[in-house]
Amino acid sequence: MSVAPPERPGSESGRTIFQKGAPGRRAFVCPAAEVPEVDPRELLPDRLRRTDPPALPEVSEPELVRHYVGLSKRNYDLDSGFYPLGSCTMKHNPRLHERAAALPGHARLHPLQDAEHAQGALELMWRLQGALAEISGLPHVSLQPCAGSQGELAGVLLTRAYHDDRGEQRHKVLTPDTAHGTNPATVTMAGLEVVKLETNEAGGVDLEDLRRKADRDIACLMLTNPNTLGIFDQNIAEIAEIVHGVGATLYYDGANLNAIMGLTRPGDMGFDIVHFNLHKSFTQPHGGGGPGSGPIAVSERISPFLPVPVVSRAADGSFALDSDRPKSIGRLRAFHGNYGTFVRAYAYICSLGADGLRDASETAVLNANYLLARMQEHGLAEYLPLAFGELCMHEFVLSGGPMKRRLQIKTLDLAKRLLDFGFHPPTVYFPLLVEEALMVEPTETETKETLDAFAAAVATIVAEAREDPEVAAGAPYTTPVRRLDEASAAKRPVVREAL
Amino acid sequence: MLAAIGVGSLEELFERQIPSELRLREALDLPPGKPEQEVFEHLRALAGRNRSAEEQVSFLGAGMYDHYVPAVVDMLTERSEFLTPYTPYQPEVAQGGLQVMFEYQTAISELTALPVSNASVYEGASAVAAAAYMAKLHNGRSAIVVSEALHPHSIETLRTYARGYGMEVREVPTREGVTDAQAWSRAIDADTSAAIFAQPNFLGAVEDAAALSEAAGSAGGKDGPVVVAQVDPITLGVLAPPGACGVDVAVGEGQPLGNRLDFGGPSFGLLAAREEYLRRMPGRIAGATTDLDGRRGFVLTLQTREQHIRRERATSNICTAQALNALAGVVYLGWLGRRGIVELGELLLARTHYARELLAAIDGVEKLHEQPVVREFALRLDADVDAVRRRCLHAGINPGLDMHAFSGRERDRGGLLVALTERRTRAEIDRFAEVLAAAIEAERPAGAPAEKALA
Repeated sequence: MSVAPPERPGSESGRTIFQKGAPGRRAFVCPAAEVPEVDPRELLPDRLRRTDPPALPEVSEPELVRHYVGLSKRNYDLDSGFYPLGSCTMKHNPRLHERAAALPGHARLHPLQDAEHAQGALELMWRLQGALAEISGLPHVSLQPCAGSQGELAGVLLTRAYHDDRGEQRHKVLTPDTAHGTNPATVTMAGLEVVKLETNEAGGVDLEDLRRKADRDIACLMLTNPNTLGIFDQNIAEIAEIVHGVGATLYYDGANLNAIMGLTRPGDMGFDIVHFNLHKSFTQPHGGGGPGSGPIAVSERISPFLPVPVVSRAADGSFALDSDRPKSIGRLRAFHGNYGTFVRAYAYICSLGADGLRDASETAVLNANYLLARMQEHGLAEYLPLAFGELCMHEFVLSGGPMKRRLQIKTLDLAKRLLDFGFHPPTVYFPLLVEEALMVEPTETETKETLDAFAAAVATIVAEAREDPEVAAGAPYTTPVRRLDEASAAKRPVVREAL
Repeated sequence: MLAAIGVGSLEELFERQIPSELRLREALDLPPGKPEQEVFEHLRALAGRNRSAEEQVSFLGAGMYDHYVPAVVDMLTERSEFLTPYTPYQPEVAQGGLQVMFEYQTAISELTALPVSNASVYEGASAVAAAAYMAKLHNGRSAIVVSEALHPHSIETLRTYARGYGMEVREVPTREGVTDAQAWSRAIDADTSAAIFAQPNFLGAVEDAAALSEAAGSAGGKDGPVVVAQVDPITLGVLAPPGACGVDVAVGEGQPLGNRLDFGGPSFGLLAAREEYLRRMPGRIAGATTDLDGRRGFVLTLQTREQHIRRERATSNICTAQALNALAGVVYLGWLGRRGIVELGELLLARTHYARELLAAIDGVEKLHEQPVVREFALRLDADVDAVRRRCLHAGINPGLDMHAFSGRERDRGGLLVALTERRTRAEIDRFAEVLAAAIEAERPAGAPAEKALA
């Protein structure tokens, strides 16, 4: 028998666990019931019973392990290399956090354990609430939201509750055209209407447009600062004045908080509500797309409406979950938030302390500006100019428009070719107002050597495209699969294995 | 680095970007940083002030359960390649994560007997609210009918969301432990967008899912409402699956599938549906396709539903969900396998039945309802539940949830909700019975008749 070697290692492309194994094979050995046998129909009548078992895999443990270890090798990950995905803050995930979160006192703690037997967990949450309040400059915190998107929903619902409480019906929310897509989507889910705000030449909010649109119908302005262009809006005090002047609230999307920790605070800028992404600024590992965590901090006037529960501390120093808040918007989820992410975020804050957090943000901004400078050197700036401004905060956005026109390669091609150089590409085609956008966020945990190597790789790709644009257009070549047909996947969706 | 940037100092970088009056001039009021080992000891000390399922024999459930998590789940979820990437925006270097999503979707589809699943939502309670929003997008009707036998947190979460997207929530009462069938039919009308029940419900009772679905269909006028079931996935090896009971959308808390308790999260929410709802689903969906060389591969698909493309017209605002927790779920289901999911379900049925009969035979204890149960049941105690619980806790046993204290509902007065997992051995159940009997005896009102002893 002859067997041909695969074209490239690990390339048994796309065979799922459901196509492996054999009938009767198994990993699980069921414990004995140890109790007297009872007629199954007495336990559960036939009409309530399942007749055909679900067609789950039938594999041994070694097969299971090989399958998923094999799949893992088809992923690019932050522990293997540079991952400058803009607005995602792919900073190192310290392993201490995993060890601490896995301690049985945290990991095997039931959410409905009596408060007196969960004092450690409640204290941790209380301390995290306090730290987040201090970092944001807003005094009241809820850890409940499951992710940034749910934090946003909480924020808009809080805004509605605040206006309702004052007897005002406001139904519009302002979002800049640079906003994350979650902002407008959230507004709709919260039953309000989106009004778009234009961006000015400096990359910030267009004040004239804001003045035109800010009226008594506006419930809120949702803003990211620095925004998705990596630009700190210098007019923020004026923006806050205009928004507050019409009685609306100011919401801070915390996706970009990594730029400002210990340097400036949303509360001091005039924001009323902030959400944090613990999986961005506070090192909860991204997990391939979650879990996240999206706590919110709010000003005094918003605090009566916070979701339940919040952790409170009694005079005797004991901690409790407080759900007795009559004006609360209610509950956003079961139990008390993604506690496992709180352990990691809290560990991070303890490790860094006040100075360390400021250092982290300073270094994130330094790294971003250094990489920007390297990418604006002769030979690159002509093709990939900075979209707005001169300096940046923690991230920057380049436009691939000139590259596309002069070299016939698109931002997508550059991104795909970067994969062959062993880098994860930046965020591409966002924000939408920049032509062929390339959004780069290096984070503070990368070295100068890595930033230099990335800039050099981009320069090499551009030089290569000057010779032959087809190379980038056909990339990648070295990945487990090449470019995938997304159009046909969406046209005729196959979203499960046919069995 | 500063020279390359063209600034003289780090300070200049901020001076030129952040208005001076907004700069924070003092350090944040936080403790100074600490070395790794000190942080670890601090977190260990905090953990030590919690009483986990490691330190007591716990019959506490009510939405999260102390199941055994196999070692292979830990080993795989700790791998850097799964732990540290983000959403697979570049599919060529994310085939591992995308295939995991595709396999997860297949497993959830099999479990629920519904043809399409997304790649996860946050958790079980908000999944109910997500399903109701799908129903609103689907039929545009104005009311949600929900069984009062859902977990109280699910109902509260649904109400929070429904206030936002502007829908009325009508609750249907419980009768003899299950959703009152007549009240259910009465509550559903042509304005009903979604009709929602839980299987098993908060009281541990198995609902007649097929009957509820059918009644919803005939009460809801033309086309009927979207029938939503909130399921406990670990029971679906033995319970008739939602897809076989006329359910349109199944949601549920995924924690029992290989996820640890973590004081309530993170875990994952499952969401599966009939084909016609595919384009209304929230969140990520992985789809199969081919690459330039014709090899099979996977991508995020139907992205025009999603917030980053569709913005204010998206089907949901969800972005980051629970990929790592869903990985734990699919690895766990692969570990259990086709036979294991049934065997484990039978084990839960047998031990739960044993425990229920044994405990209900104690003087001063009765079943709160007589409905079939799978892994959890409600008892009514003829004594102060809080006091009884304290006595049990003192003896090292967590007897379960004080239902009335938790829900505030009259239905739950005197109720104790007891959950089983495969970790609770017969010896532990027997000991629980002894401890509970002693606690009740000590706490029963003076002069209460000892009926069962006489009988």
